[in-house]
Amino acid sequence: MRRNLGPIYTTPMALWITAFFVAPVCIIAVYSFCAKATYGGVVWRFSLDAYAALANKGLAAVALKTLLQSAAATVITLALAVPASYYIARSRYKNALLFLVIVPFWTNFLIRIYAWVAILGTNGFINGFLVSAGLLSSPVQFLYNQYAVVTVLVYTYLPFAILPLYATIEKFDFSLIEAAQDLGATKYQSMVRVLLPNIKSGIITAVLFTFIPAFGQYAVPQLVGGRDSFMLGNVIARELTVSRNLPLSSSISVALTLVTMAGVLLFVKFQAGAAQKVRPAREAV
Amino acid sequence: MAGDKRRLSFAAFCATIAFFYAPLLVLVLFSFNQSKTMTWGGFSLRWYGDLFFHSRDLWRALENSAVIALASASVSTLLGTLAAVGMYWYNFRLKKYVQISSFLPLIIPEIIIGVSLLIMFGLARMPLGLPTIFIAHTTFCLPYAMLIVSSRLDEFDFSIVEAAYDLGAGELQALLRVVVPVSMPGIIAAFLVSITLSLEDFVITFFVAGPGSSTLPLHIYSMIRFGVSPVINALSVMLMAASVALAFSTRGLVKYVGKG
Repeated sequence: MRRNLGPIYTTPMALWITAFFVAPVCIIAVYSFCAKATYGGVVWRFSLDAYAALANKGLAAVALKTLLQSAAATVITLALAVPASYYIARSRYKNALLFLVIVPFWTNFLIRIYAWVAILGTNGFINGFLVSAGLLSSPVQFLYNQYAVVTVLVYTYLPFAILPLYATIEKFDFSLIEAAQDLGATKYQSMVRVLLPNIKSGIITAVLFTFIPAFGQYAVPQLVGGRDSFMLGNVIARELTVSRNLPLSSSISVALTLVTMAGVLLFVKFQAGAAQKVRPAREAV
Repeated sequence: MAGDKRRLSFAAFCATIAFFYAPLLVLVLFSFNQSKTMTWGGFSLRWYGDLFFHSRDLWRALENSAVIALASASVSTLLGTLAAVGMYWYNFRLKKYVQISSFLPLIIPEIIIGVSLLIMFGLARMPLGLPTIFIAHTTFCLPYAMLIVSSRLDEFDFSIVEAAYDLGAGELQALLRVVVPVSMPGIIAAFLVSITLSLEDFVITFFVAGPGSSTLPLHIYSMIRFGVSPVINALSVMLMAASVALAFSTRGLVKYVGKG
């Protein structure tokens, strides 16, 4: 019998993750139940003030904004990603087209955001073009609003939606669509009632890969958003670094973490359900 | 019949590709612009000159990024590989804890990791700088490194390790001369992915960096805040070229090692 070396192999990583991930997250969980000290920091006294503050109007509005912006980005992303991945999956040049989709994302994340600043900003490409063409007398600010945030969110997450959708659509048996149409279904019906239910697991994965990270975004609203489009991530940072309200920053972090984890659990549940429902249908055909 | 539907999906595909490439093409075009603004003023290489000869801070930031990426990718690949081997072949108490705690960093928003580390470094009175960035990067690279090596171990035939033991190999010998060589493609992939994650990271680094410890993404961020700058256009083009070149060459490397 050999010795059980599992703990020896695993301990270094377990210690690292415990010290630099589990411990910090526990600290903010504890902080969120503490009272705020006058000059930043916390007072070691149990308090629910930081959670009560979550319900205040300003924060609720930011939470709603976060939800709406990430939902809008998810819907637009799917509207582009489903037909685009369908096209890739049915093309003769699948690999080349997929490659075309991935290449732009080898560029640094900040450079990709900067590209939008360079296009939409007051001294950006569009304004430069419109002013020199005489269509505008002075530049218009297209940046620092919710539309810019949603646009850049779509830009950021679209490939993460296309990849799982492509993987699912690629496995789909396209003769089912022909069968449906032979049996009298319109093109629209064959898409909505045959294709979409069969690629449900890809759609759910695409939603997960888009909505969850968008919901926790910080960089995009920070760089192209304005007062009307700040998200929960930005409030966490502001409460921590500007207002020095550690308990509030912590309670928002805890809430954001719980919502994210709930989202992922829901995904796992849906995914299991989708797999169960579709399989018998496929076998029946 | 299906042709009509494909016209719609073709349009969506073209729109997607245009959406992806147009902003980057604008950057490439204007990096060769004579004028400082985003209106065309003739061809020039002056911004590349500025980038290479008058941007000392930027090169310092790139150096920091490279050092951090190499250090954190090495440590996370080492710890991740060991953990993957330990988790794959053995059962022990607390295994569930290790599994869950190393999976959570993958789904929790980056900002939470950054903010919680910042608060902890504050509590421990650790000065912010390159060491804190190294700690943070190793932390978020570790779960990826472990998962990638684990997925390679999935394809592993355990009987060859048993054969090594039967032939008299000790634990260390079996690890270094059987397990490591066979999982090498996974280990290299883990290392490359960790390097990429580290070079790319902005949000977590933003919180745990101190004065004078700017990484490349942080430096780009501070440049962007001052608005459009033709030097960033030139930098973008160089970075795009570098990542495309890197992606192609490492692809070859992974394939080559995979065969051997």
